[in-house]
Amino acid sequence: MIKVEQLSKHFCDIKAVDNISFEVADNEKLILLGTSGCGKTTTLKMINRIIEPTSGTIFIDGKNIYDQSPELLRRGIGYVLQNNGLFPHYTVAENIAIVPQLLKWDSKRIEKRIAELIEKLHLSKDQLKAYPNELSGGQQQRVGLARALVADPPVLLMDEPFGALDNVTRSKIHAEFKALDELKRKTIIMVTHDVQEAFELGDRISLMDKGKIVQIGTPTELLYKPVNLFVESFLKEQRLQLEFKAVRIKDIWALLPYSKKVGNVNLYADISVWSGMESFKSQQADYLNITHGDETRSVGFEQLVTAFYKYQNGRTHE
Amino acid sequence: MAARMNEHQQTLWEFMQQQSDKLLMQTMQHIGLTFISLIIAVMIGLPLGIWITRRRYFSGIVLGTAGILQTIPSIALLGFMIPLLGIGVKPAIVALLLYALLPIIRNTYTGITGVDAAVKEAAMAMGMNKWQILFKVELPLAMSVILAGIRTATVINVGVATLASYIAAGGLGEFIFGGISLNNTNMILAGAIPAALLAILFDFLLSRLQYLNLRKLKTATVTLPLLLIILASVYFIPSVAYGGKLKAGFTPEFMGRQDGNLGLESKYGLKVHPIVISDAVMYKAAYEKQLDVISGYSTDGRLKAYDLIVLDDDKKIFPPYYAAPIVREDALKQFPDLEKTLNLLSGKITDSIMSDLNYRTDYLHQSPEKVAEDFLRSHDLLKPSRNGSNGIVRIGSKIFGEQYILASMYTMLIRGYTDYDVSTKTGLGGTKICFDALNNNQIDLYPEYTGTGLLAILQPSSKTIDSLTANKNKTYDYVASEFKKKYNIKWLKPIGFNNAYALMMRERQAKQLHIKTISDLKRYLESNQ
Ligand SMILES: Nc1ncnc2c1ncn2[C@@H]1O[C@H](COP(=O)(O)OP(=O)(O)OP(=O)(O)O)[C@@H](O)[C@H]1O
Ligand SMILES: [Mg+2]
Repeated sequence: MIKVEQLSKHFCDIKAVDNISFEVADNEKLILLGTSGCGKTTTLKMINRIIEPTSGTIFIDGKNIYDQSPELLRRGIGYVLQNNGLFPHYTVAENIAIVPQLLKWDSKRIEKRIAELIEKLHLSKDQLKAYPNELSGGQQQRVGLARALVADPPVLLMDEPFGALDNVTRSKIHAEFKALDELKRKTIIMVTHDVQEAFELGDRISLMDKGKIVQIGTPTELLYKPVNLFVESFLKEQRLQLEFKAVRIKDIWALLPYSKKVGNVNLYADISVWSGMESFKSQQADYLNITHGDETRSVGFEQLVTAFYKYQNGRTHE
Repeated sequence: MAARMNEHQQTLWEFMQQQSDKLLMQTMQHIGLTFISLIIAVMIGLPLGIWITRRRYFSGIVLGTAGILQTIPSIALLGFMIPLLGIGVKPAIVALLLYALLPIIRNTYTGITGVDAAVKEAAMAMGMNKWQILFKVELPLAMSVILAGIRTATVINVGVATLASYIAAGGLGEFIFGGISLNNTNMILAGAIPAALLAILFDFLLSRLQYLNLRKLKTATVTLPLLLIILASVYFIPSVAYGGKLKAGFTPEFMGRQDGNLGLESKYGLKVHPIVISDAVMYKAAYEKQLDVISGYSTDGRLKAYDLIVLDDDKKIFPPYYAAPIVREDALKQFPDLEKTLNLLSGKITDSIMSDLNYRTDYLHQSPEKVAEDFLRSHDLLKPSRNGSNGIVRIGSKIFGEQYILASMYTMLIRGYTDYDVSTKTGLGGTKICFDALNNNQIDLYPEYTGTGLLAILQPSSKTIDSLTANKNKTYDYVASEFKKKYNIKWLKPIGFNNAYALMMRERQAKQLHIKTISDLKRYLESNQ
C-alpha cells in the first residue's frame, strides 16, 4: 500500500530524517514512535507532501506520489493534527464538509455522510452548529477525526492525535478507536511518543531515533527481540504493562485451563491479555467466555494472569 | 447697537443654513476624496500586503517605504504632486492614498502572518490550493485585523482630505482654511465640525463591521466594497468646475472677500469661475500653466521668480494694504523704548524693495534672518546685540516670508537699540491666529496690513468701507483709531510698502493676449464666449 524508499530530509545541516525505508500493508496500523525531535512529524508530512523530501521516493498503491498534483494526492489522504487544526471560523458541520466540498459532492450527500459520522463518533447533532472553540478538547479531536474520515480516504495520517487529552479521555477514545469499523479498513500511520498508546493501537511499531529507524516490527518483536540496547531501554520503564498489551490471549491459549462455558460475556482470543483483564472490570464479570477457533473456554481473572506469567517464564528461558 | 449685533454676530447655524449648498457640496467632495483614495489604497495595499507574506524578504522594504511616505508632511506631499499631476482632484487622491497605504499593508501583513499555522497546515493537508487557502482561511481569519487597518486609514484620510483644498480639490478644507484666513469663526466651524463628525461616523461604522461575529463577516466582506464604491461615486456628482478658456485659481481668503473675488464680480462683472487653491502652491501652478489667472500680493517675491505680472486694478477695488507693526498698549507701557525702535523702519521699505526681499527668501532661499540683516546693514540700521535682559518682547508673524523678514528686522533692532530681549513666535497661520494671539496677550506685536485690519478684523459696514478704501491715509487713520478703541492696540507708523491684493498672469500670456488691466481681462473673456 505505502512504500517509502530511502527517504531523507535535511534542514540545513540537521538530518531530520536520514535515509529511512519501510512499507505499510493494506489496512495495517503503523505507529511511528520515538523521542522528541527524532523526525516523526517530518516523516509523516512527507507522505502528504506538506514537506518535500531532500531525497527518496514514496509510492502509494504502486504510484509515485511525486507524479501527482499535491492537491489531488492530499484529498485522498486523511490527516489529523495534534492540535486538531479546525477552522475557527467554520462551524463543526462546515469543518467536516471541507473535503467533500472540494470534491464537489452535492449537499444531500454531504449531509447524509456527516450524520452518519457523528453518530459513529459519538458527537451530538446540536454540536454541528457550534464553533470549535465551544467544544471540549476531546470533542474537537473527534471533529478533527470526522473531518479526516469524511471522504473515506484509504490512507490516514495522524500526528499525535490524542496527545492533548487527559488519560481517562484518552483511554476512552482508544477503545472507541479500536472499535470503529471505518478505521478497520484503513491504512493508518500514526505518530506518538506514548509507548502505551503505540502498543495498544499499533499492528507494527517503527521506533525512531535521530532521523533513523532503529527497529520496526510487531509489539511482541520489539519487546522480546529488541535489536539493541536503545530499544530495550526505551521500553524498560513500562515493560510489564507493555507485555500485557503485546501478548494476545491466543498466544497463551495452551496454558489456559480447559473449562465449560460459565458467564455470559463472550470474547475472541485475538485481543491482548491487557484488554482481557480490562474486560473483567468493565463488564463486572467473574468469568469470560473466550473463543479461539472452534473452541470456547471460560476463564477467570486469576487463571488468565497465571497463564500469562507461565508464558513469560517460558519466553525468558528460551 | 442691536442692529449692528444682528448684522455681525451671525450664528453658526445661520451661516450653515446660508451656505448649505456649499456645505453639502464640500461634504460630498470630502467623502468622495476620502473613499476614492481609500478604495484605491485597498486595491493596492491588500494585494501588496498579501504578497509580502509570501515573499517575507520584501516585507521590510515595502513596510519601510510605506512608513516613510506617511512621515512626509501633507502640504509637502501635495506640493510634490503639482509638477507630476497638476492641481485638482488627481494629485489629492494620490496623496491621500499614499497616506492610507501603510495601515492597510501593515495590518494585512500582520493579520495574515498571525493566522494559526496549524489551521493553514490543515487546509493544505485537505487539498486546498493556495488561492482556496487565501480566500477561505487566511483572509477571513485576518479580516478583523485588516478592517482595523482600513479603519485607521479612513480616519487619517478624513483628516488629510481637509488639506486637499490647498490644491483645488475641494472638500471641507475650503471652509476651514478660508475661515482661518478671513478671521471667520463660523466658517471655520462649518468646515471643522462636519469633518470631525465624518471621522467619528466612519470610525464608528467600521468598528461595527470589525466586531461583527465571524459568521456575519462573510457577508461583510461583500457589502463593504459595495458601500465604499457608492460613497466614492458621490464625489463625481458635484465635481470641481473649471471656467472658460482661462483657468483662474484664487486663495480661499481671496474667494470670500469683498475686496477679492466678490468685488471682482460686483464691480468689474468679472466671472472667471475660479477654483480654490492654497497660496503655497498657487504661483507654482501658474508657472506650470495649470492656472492662468491667480490672486496674489503685489510685493510677492514669486512674482519675479515665476515671470508673473500684476494686472492693473483700474477700478480700484483692492484697498490699500500698508504694513505697520501693531502693538498692545500695555506692552508699549511695559517697554518704553519699544515704539521709537520699531519706528526706525518706518518709510524705509518700498514696494520694489519688499518684492526684492521676498524674492530672496522665496526664490533664492536665503534665510529671513540673513535677508533682514543685509537690509539693515545696507541702511546703516544694524547694531550689535546688547544682550539685554530687561524683559522679553514677544514678536509674532503670520506664516509667510515677508512677515518672517519683518519679524527678524524687528528682533535685530530691539536687540541692538534697547536692553530688552526678544522671543519670536513666527508662523502663526493666518490673520485670525495672529490677531487672537496678540489680543490674548500671547504676543506683544506683529506686522499687520491696513486693509486686513479694516476688512478681516474690524469688518465695518460696506458703506464705511467704500468711503475709506480709495484713500490710503483715511484707511490708516480709521483702523488706528478703531483698534485703539476696541482692542487697546496701537498701529505704529507704516513701513512704506503696500502689499495689496492683485490679479496676476504669466507675463508672456498677458502680452500675447494684450491684457494689462482687469478690465482688459474681462473684455478678453467676454469676447470669445
Ligand atoms: N521547518 C524546519 N526547519 C528546521 N528544522 C526543522 C524544521 N522542522 C523540523 N526541524 C527539525 O527536524 C527535527 C525533527 O523534527 P520533527 O518535527 O520531525 O520531530 P518529531 O519527531 O515530530 O518531534 P516531536 O515528538 O517533538 O513532535 C528536529 O530536530 C527539528 O528541530
Ligand atoms: Mg512532531
